[in-house]
Amino acid sequence: MRVVIAEDLALLRDGLTRLLQAYDFEVVAAVDNAELLLEALREHEADIAVVDVRMPPTFTDEGLRAAIQARVERPGFPVLVLSQYVEQLYARELLSSGDGGVGYLLKDRVADVSSFVEAVRAVAGGGTVLDPEVVSTLIARAQPDSPISKLTEREREVLGLMAEGRSNAAIASQLFVTEKAISKHTSTIFMKLGLFQDDDDNRRVLAVLTYLQH
Amino acid sequence: MSATTLIAQPSHGESFAVGLRRRVVLTGLSLVYVLLAVPALALLCILTTSLGVAVVGVGLVLLLVFVPLNQQLANVHRTLSSRILGAPIERPYLRPAAAGGLGLLRSWALDPARWRDFAWTWMSVTIGWALSWISLGLGLGVIWYLVFPFVYWITPEGTFDTNYGLFKLDTQGEAFLEWILLAVALFIWWKLEPVLMRWRAELDRSMLAPSRETLQRRVVEVSQSRAESIDHSAAELRRIERDLHDGAQARLVALGMNLGMAEEMLAHDPEGAARMLAEARAVTTSALGDLRSVVRGIHPPVLADRGLVGALQALALDMSLPVSVMISLPGRPAEPVESAVYFATTELLANIGKHARATRAVVSLSHDGAVLRVVVEDDGVGGAEVGAGSGLTGVARRLGAFDGTMEVISPVGGPTVVTMEVPCALSSPKISPSSGTD
Repeated sequence: MRVVIAEDLALLRDGLTRLLQAYDFEVVAAVDNAELLLEALREHEADIAVVDVRMPPTFTDEGLRAAIQARVERPGFPVLVLSQYVEQLYARELLSSGDGGVGYLLKDRVADVSSFVEAVRAVAGGGTVLDPEVVSTLIARAQPDSPISKLTEREREVLGLMAEGRSNAAIASQLFVTEKAISKHTSTIFMKLGLFQDDDDNRRVLAVLTYLQH
Repeated sequence: MSATTLIAQPSHGESFAVGLRRRVVLTGLSLVYVLLAVPALALLCILTTSLGVAVVGVGLVLLLVFVPLNQQLANVHRTLSSRILGAPIERPYLRPAAAGGLGLLRSWALDPARWRDFAWTWMSVTIGWALSWISLGLGLGVIWYLVFPFVYWITPEGTFDTNYGLFKLDTQGEAFLEWILLAVALFIWWKLEPVLMRWRAELDRSMLAPSRETLQRRVVEVSQSRAESIDHSAAELRRIERDLHDGAQARLVALGMNLGMAEEMLAHDPEGAARMLAEARAVTTSALGDLRSVVRGIHPPVLADRGLVGALQALALDMSLPVSVMISLPGRPAEPVESAVYFATTELLANIGKHARATRAVVSLSHDGAVLRVVVEDDGVGGAEVGAGSGLTGVARRLGAFDGTMEVISPVGGPTVVTMEVPCALSSPKISPSSGTD
């Protein structure tokens, strides 16, 4: 799988490169600003870009803007955006830049190497991956009279993991239960929230997120 | 207020043309002053009458309308006279302490500047008016003598015959002799026009500029708010130091210990070492979390990225109750103002979340050319008070450093409306960052 990395801090750029190479990704370019990122994406036939939000020259959100720009130039092009902090606002902007192939994670998550690599693969495969911090805020925002308050503790946990973009199998292994138990939970959740049950993982994430963001 | 041209005084080594233009402008201004005396007289009559009948309600209503109009008129004079004097005349008004009709009237009654405005109106229709007329008359005299021969020519025989006693002017040829008087009129106009207009402007300044007491009170306010901001920032630095010490620093120490132990255990207890490493990883995550919250407390990244507008939108999305944000802001305030207003709004929204039991809140942000206004409303239980220990006091102090004010209207039973105002200029609009929605 061909990856382009955009990260201005050399330490982290090299770290990400080594990490991804160790998991058999081919890092075709590793650049340190948004402009070079867009150039690299036009030049190389990459499968995914891993992009830091804050980069030169203004050190604000040019990484995010470049990621969205890349998806304008190539609709649906998978980007995984990394940041030292996450914002609901940025999550919304990324999610509305087209369906699927979007990830938004705290840089901290890289430390959990295997689930980070899993996230890169999921996004490259057209999936949606959101940081738990974004999702927990979304769920916390639910009003007392929202159907979400009718969910049990466990169902809420499952809902959160679904919104992060995990598959049933991943959720099951995280919660140490069987996949069957999870699919039972998900159908209860969808019923309680009045959502249409969808077996496609990505469409399921989007349905949940749309519900939470309304 | 453009007060760079010192038109009542000659610039050094001024040429004749420049001097002439200066005097023509001054004469033009004298006409403006004469004309402005008309609304001034009207305002004076109305205000004096309104004050007389203030005991019956109608006088108060009239005052509510005409005091601001008088302020407008005074402001026009501040601008004109500061141009003549080449030095700005500051507006001396106190910010009204309370809203609502009676509150405004009370603040005005306690504001010496309003009374000085009133006294000035008297001056401007009496001495001021006379001075302006004389200045205008000097100019008119010049014009009159200049055109006299032509007037004599086009008017019927004898209309402008003048008997000077020793000499009777009664032919067209003699009419040109009036140009001798033109020289006199020119001389007087040339010498006196700047002096008279300067007097007029000085009169305006003496009555319209902030008085000494106002300035003294202002100095006291400024040193007090400066002391408070210094205290506040010292306290903030102490808090940050403590947060780092107890949070990220402590976690990094723990991380070092974990890694050291893992290193020791690697040879004889690989499984234990793996456990230690997993623990170390968890510690890095919490250290990063600590650092993030410290950074948010110093300067929220989204504020740096998107400015006040984006940061407030982001803040609204993070709140647990629905918050709508309405913004009409043509540019960006200075960064320190943005930061103060952002933290003040954060505090207000946090208060709403904690105490108000509200179902929704609205934040609106606007700028009227001089003042940034943030209104935070909620439909909660009300009863919020500014006082010792209340978070609202901290908000007021934060804004005080920028001459900002906060007004809280929160009857028991709600709703609560908090209005914050900070005088500031806006920078030209920055090209707004692209958003995913466009």
